[in-house]
Amino acid sequence: MLELRNINKYYNPGTINEMCLFDNFNFKVDTGDFVSVVGSNGSGKTSMLNIICGSIDVDSGSINIDGKDITREKEYQRHTYIGRVYQNPAMGTCPDMTILENMSLADNKGKKYNLRAGVNKKRIDFYRSNLRQLNLGLEDKLHIKVGSLSGGQRQAMALLMSTMTPIDFLILDEHTAALDPKTAEIIMELTDKIVSEKKLTTIMVTHNLRYAVEYGNRLVMMHQGKVILDRNGSQKDNMEVDEILERFNEISIECGN
Amino acid sequence: MSIIIGVLEQGMIYAMMALGIYITYKILDFPDLTVDGSFPLGAAVTAALMVKGMNPYLTLPISFAAGAAAGILTGIIHVKFKVRDLLSGIIMMTALYTINLKIAGKANVPLFSLENIFDNKVLDSIVPEAAAPYQTLVMILIILLIVKLLLDGFLRTRSGFLLRAAGDNPVLVTSLAKDSGKVKILGLAIANGLVALSGCVFAQWQRVFDISVGTGTMVIGLASVIIGVNLCRFLPRVKDTFAVLIGSVIYRACVAAALQLGLQANDMKLITAALFFIILCISMDRKKKVKAHA
Repeated sequence: MLELRNINKYYNPGTINEMCLFDNFNFKVDTGDFVSVVGSNGSGKTSMLNIICGSIDVDSGSINIDGKDITREKEYQRHTYIGRVYQNPAMGTCPDMTILENMSLADNKGKKYNLRAGVNKKRIDFYRSNLRQLNLGLEDKLHIKVGSLSGGQRQAMALLMSTMTPIDFLILDEHTAALDPKTAEIIMELTDKIVSEKKLTTIMVTHNLRYAVEYGNRLVMMHQGKVILDRNGSQKDNMEVDEILERFNEISIECGN
Repeated sequence: MSIIIGVLEQGMIYAMMALGIYITYKILDFPDLTVDGSFPLGAAVTAALMVKGMNPYLTLPISFAAGAAAGILTGIIHVKFKVRDLLSGIIMMTALYTINLKIAGKANVPLFSLENIFDNKVLDSIVPEAAAPYQTLVMILIILLIVKLLLDGFLRTRSGFLLRAAGDNPVLVTSLAKDSGKVKILGLAIANGLVALSGCVFAQWQRVFDISVGTGTMVIGLASVIIGVNLCRFLPRVKDTFAVLIGSVIYRACVAAALQLGLQANDMKLITAALFFIILCISMDRKKKVKAHA
């Protein structure tokens, strides 16, 4: 179980631009949950992910995983059990390295990066079969640099790479936002497949309300650093996109838009 | 003939330094000015040890270690104290000037009368008389090849992969649960180790240590890397590390040609700067900093 307790986070503290993002924010995710998070820009969705992953510090409060306090752990330490896919497809791969080298790098996560051969030849077939399930033909391009692939292909690789080794949490930060609708669909289906196969606890931030409704077993809407809607189980199954849209409109009216 | 041998000798000595710069500039994307201090550091360490009577071959690994230590310090200044990359290098370069003077004892240490890696009793007894003019060249070639092959090998290891990833996409290194700062420090250590090693060989080749020997190291190395990599880009299956060696020799050939044309040694810095500027403009390498794609 992942738990954020009494999180306080201010941006630009002590200046005239001081902005309170989280004021006593609490959030819980049960093991095995697939949570979709929606909300307007600046509502704190991505900041929440950054706080969980350790990319930004909190002013006070604690982050706990299964009762263990990880607030003081550095970002790279937390990534031993967290996998993350970013909105920008370039963030999850190395453009100047080949597909094979990228896969090998990811495959070694959790082990030592020592003087043993970078590419383990015995694993090549495993990488091939992994890539084949993407249906993008990447399994025949092992020696091509990732930088020459399209955004969708890179994002598919990023997803594979971030979930290749055993992790507990998968963090998806608008990971289909930069893709065309068709590719986004493929990536979303792949995501769902991987999450259910590996039984990953997943938090997905998305602006695509249909994905939020269709995928996952819990839906959370955030606004100005607060959770304003939280549905799970059968409550969520009966939700419609229109219902969320309606809430969005209410928020906008409150803001005076 | 002697000019060609001289160009090859110098080019290959500086190639080791250029390989170091290749690591920081091309792989890590870190403009490391430490090299202007670590090149003479290698030379100073070598001079001090040789004057004390140490076996000249032992000065090679010791110089490498000294350079690596300098690189680690630059890395710590940058990573732990969050000083900008360029400034971290300048801090170390400035500090090393004094340190190099302290190590060598004075600004100019002649090594003419001492045995060195190219010229010693053991070597002279093995090498036949006829091959003597090429003795130095072959020795440099051997050292350079060992360095290049070791570096190529390292870049194929898991640690080498991580180093390449750290320059390419530090976010990925973090995602792999590794501290990208430590990887950077490792890269700077290896790079400055190579630069100091190059300084060590250079001092023995020139048979003198001079404190000013490091001035412009960064520019020479960068020019070599950029010339080599851009020339060899169109050739299939040429490794970047080999391209850097070619670049270094070509750079030396240009310098030798300029001197042959009657230019004074004092004009060289201005010409180097102009050459470097032109190379950068042609290669468009400066655009690399605008990382639109990553």
